[in-house]
Amino acid sequence: MTNIATIEPGAVVKPAAPPSGSRPVRLPLQWLGVAPFFLFALLFLILPTGYLVLGAFQNTAGEWTFENIGLLFQPSIIAAYWISIRVSLASALLGALVGLAIAIAIVRGGLPSWVRSATMTFSGVASNFAGVPLAFAFLATLGRLGLVTVLLRDLFGFNLYATGFNILSFWGLTLTYLYFQIPLMVVIITPAIDGLKREWGEAAATLGATQWQYWRMVAIPVLWPSFLGTVILLFANAFGAIATAYALTGSSLNIVPILLYAQIRGDVLHNPHLGYALAFGMIVITGLANVFYIWFRSRSEKWLR
Amino acid sequence: MKSSRFWAWATFTVGALYFFVPLIATLEFSLRMRRGEYSFDAYRVVFGDDRFQATFTYSVVVAILTILLGVLVVVPTAYWIRLRMPHLRPVVEFITLLPLIIPAIVIVFGYIRMYGSSSPLPFLATARGTDALLIIGYATLALPYMYRAVDTGLRTIDVRTLTEAAQILGAGWTTIISRVILPNVLIAVLSGAFLSFAIVIGEFTMASLLNRPAFGPYLQNIGANRAYEPAALAVLAFAITWACMSVIQILSRFAPKSANQPR
Repeated sequence: MTNIATIEPGAVVKPAAPPSGSRPVRLPLQWLGVAPFFLFALLFLILPTGYLVLGAFQNTAGEWTFENIGLLFQPSIIAAYWISIRVSLASALLGALVGLAIAIAIVRGGLPSWVRSATMTFSGVASNFAGVPLAFAFLATLGRLGLVTVLLRDLFGFNLYATGFNILSFWGLTLTYLYFQIPLMVVIITPAIDGLKREWGEAAATLGATQWQYWRMVAIPVLWPSFLGTVILLFANAFGAIATAYALTGSSLNIVPILLYAQIRGDVLHNPHLGYALAFGMIVITGLANVFYIWFRSRSEKWLR
Repeated sequence: MKSSRFWAWATFTVGALYFFVPLIATLEFSLRMRRGEYSFDAYRVVFGDDRFQATFTYSVVVAILTILLGVLVVVPTAYWIRLRMPHLRPVVEFITLLPLIIPAIVIVFGYIRMYGSSSPLPFLATARGTDALLIIGYATLALPYMYRAVDTGLRTIDVRTLTEAAQILGAGWTTIISRVILPNVLIAVLSGAFLSFAIVIGEFTMASLLNRPAFGPYLQNIGANRAYEPAALAVLAFAITWACMSVIQILSRFAPKSANQPR
């Protein structure tokens, strides 16, 4: 990169000036500065993903086909996508609602300021506490020998597992995912609640609005886009997660990432290109979710300047 | 106002219960290894395990190299975008957000298919090459956080003036980036670094699918075969995450006034 400096010393001084003395060589040289980044992104992000996407539309002979996409619609794979979507959606919606309630409580509830700073610090930690150790923590809590299970049995004579509850199930996994979903919601939504200006509340009160009317007609409409946007972010966050589910349930809960994991390890679908299609399906779902996220976010930023 | 404060306390208490009970349960479980009394036996077993030491060291080294690679890729790019090519900012920002859209398991699946031993870039042909690919994969995962942290740091300094001043004094690009820009955004870079560390240290999917002896697959293996050690390891993992986040919070106090929090 030093060679740029020797070619055009001090050229940085007036980048906005009209390109009066500019030589045609200058333009490509500028790109040298970002070339390593684009090369990195191309080689290790875009091309590998593109390879799978193209592979999803080819058969083993290399001919173009929609057959793999069609094969995704067999009952066992549909079931995997369906349970993944349900777990992600349930943990995203519940996480967002509970996270919102906690955020409103610490910002607007008149609690002492240490409550807010402690909650924010803890949320930063818990939102990053995922993966295998999180599964261990919930097995120690709600597993068959977990503290809560044992306490409920010994103190109240209540057998949790007799009710049909199982940590290795849909609700068990959702409850576990909430441990990082709720804090993530708190971290993201708290600034949005801070953005609700005091004056809006005062103006509403001056006009005779009740607390409920203020929330229904001012606060909720303003928060709505960032709320929905965060729900989608949480959804994508849970949808791609595998480590927690794998450590918690082994392969007994058939969610898409675990199916894909088994496919990569041992071609359990007996068709490499169906594996590509499985990956493609995941990208489509998280990609769509993020398109909505970006859209909602651009709408919410309007209010939070 | 009184009732709203009551509900605020109630919400906070229920939330605190949900978050503290698993921590207490895990801690309690990890102390139960010796029958009839509490002991640190599970921790002693874990720390005495050779594979724990080997995999943990491996993951720490990988995490440090990931951070170095991340800094090397992100800092010059973010700097150059701010200085010379602001019109590229949306493109670069979009690319740095891609790892949040494309699940890690899909990215590593692509690596496995693209960089096999018969490909033009045969990363997977050797163990060292696979290590390198793991580090690259982790740098990709950390890209959104690293870029956002560095870009926020750059926002608080006058990149243009600093660059001009350095050039007048005869500095080349390498000197400008490493001795003028980097020290000025060091706190932001460190925030990104510790966040990356917290993400990478126990990562399971990539390490497991690339067959590397990292801490994440070790954790999973212990979880499948032992009773009390997993709880001890979960406590340890929580402590590591907590330490990383505390460092970030302490660092943010030293950041320039106008700096925003990373993320």
